Amino acid sequence: MNNDFQHLQAAHCENGVTTNLLRAAGAEKLTEPLAFGIGSGLFYVQLPFLKINNGPAIAFRTMPGLIFKRTCNALNIPVARKKFASQDAGKRYLDECLDAGKAVGAQVGVFYLTYFPKEYRFHFNAHNMIVFGKEEDKYLISDPVMENVTSLTGYELQRVRFAKGAFAPRGQIYFPKEKRTVTDEQMKKAIEKGIKRNVNHMIRIPGNIAGYKGIATTGRKIKKWRDKLGQQTAGLYLAQLVRMQEEIGTGGGGFRYIYAAFLQEAQAWHPIDELQDISKIFTEAGDKWRNAAVHAAGIYKGRIGSQADFDVMGDYLIEISGIEKKAFQALSKIKWNS
Amino acid sequence: MKKEEIPQDDGALNKLTKEVVYAVDSSGRYSTELSTGWDVKTKALDVAWEDIQKRIEESRQKVLRGEASPILYFMELRLMDMGIVSAYTGFWKWTIKRHMKADVFKKLTDEKLKKYAGAFNISVEELKTMTVHEQ
Repeated sequence: MNNDFQHLQAAHCENGVTTNLLRAAGAEKLTEPLAFGIGSGLFYVQLPFLKINNGPAIAFRTMPGLIFKRTCNALNIPVARKKFASQDAGKRYLDECLDAGKAVGAQVGVFYLTYFPKEYRFHFNAHNMIVFGKEEDKYLISDPVMENVTSLTGYELQRVRFAKGAFAPRGQIYFPKEKRTVTDEQMKKAIEKGIKRNVNHMIRIPGNIAGYKGIATTGRKIKKWRDKLGQQTAGLYLAQLVRMQEEIGTGGGGFRYIYAAFLQEAQAWHPIDELQDISKIFTEAGDKWRNAAVHAAGIYKGRIGSQADFDVMGDYLIEISGIEKKAFQALSKIKWNS
Repeated sequence: MKKEEIPQDDGALNKLTKEVVYAVDSSGRYSTELSTGWDVKTKALDVAWEDIQKRIEESRQKVLRGEASPILYFMELRLMDMGIVSAYTGFWKWTIKRHMKADVFKKLTDEKLKKYAGAFNISVEELKTMTVHEQ
């Protein structure tokens, strides 16, 4: 049992686990927005030909696992990460970590996550939590999206750690190997690097499915959904878009508000006035995403649904694409003094 | 989003926890706040579940008409797709597709049925009779 452990609630599970574990490993000044920004968490992609839960495969953030990995790299904190072929080996290893007083990050699936409400239990395998202790067969869990700590039995924890399907966690456990001293200079460098990499991902990926161009592509597709899919399925697709954008973990507005908060915090480390102004552009983008969600809800509630309504929906995304392009271009022009 | 605009509607998640959202105060500074939910996304989740219920019922009718085996029904009931059923059972997707035919299903060995039952978290008897098993 790790007696020093302190639960921390966050908007997003991976940000929360990263922030909590790294604070204990020497990065005392790390916050959720800083972890998200240093890990270049903001993204947009609609994967063609792929469907998730019978709807479009849309993501507003980077691939699971990368925020933790990038933030550890940037702060020069070494990471231990283990996956297991056998469930028994996975359990033994976790028990050894807990006996040694370590709090560890664990990747789990939510379908069998008993404390989640049934409505949220899909086959999503990239949820993250911290296991920080064990009392007989009761494992103490700090799930960052929750206000309070919780617990799982040995059987329940095994079942979620070894969930199957896309992104199968295979019992994955991860934690900082040792405590390091993280200097202010390292934090500054990490923030700068995180922003530059995020600029690349949002404006320099070729093709038109990812980054700001991906948002406009989805916008253009939405205008065709009504004819192509029929009113009902088109409504379902919009509902899926809104869930990816607003569901638990996003902090609202498809992670755009967290990113705006990150830029404000970044300015405390880098006294560059533009960061404040660009933060406002991301707030504007987040607000537009939420306005679009309200409009989409009108369609999937069946209150509206003409072609003109779908055109308005598509135009929202095309406009947002322009706003985010402007914001990232402004970020790419920043003169860093470090 | 401004602090005073944070929705405090009811939603399924509210049974478990309030969630963290990021919003600005009157001077434009960001901080975290808690929200109980937002009806826009509650409705989005409702719509998704209505669709799932529809799929489950359609698959049940198909099995009753003899056009498919209970494997199809339980796949829908457990929100799975072929990839997930394949990952839990170890069968190839094309094999599962075959097992979804009513007449092929009738000839499956107990050993194979057990694998499906395990994947769906039900007993072999429940699998054969398409009984709904609540967790």
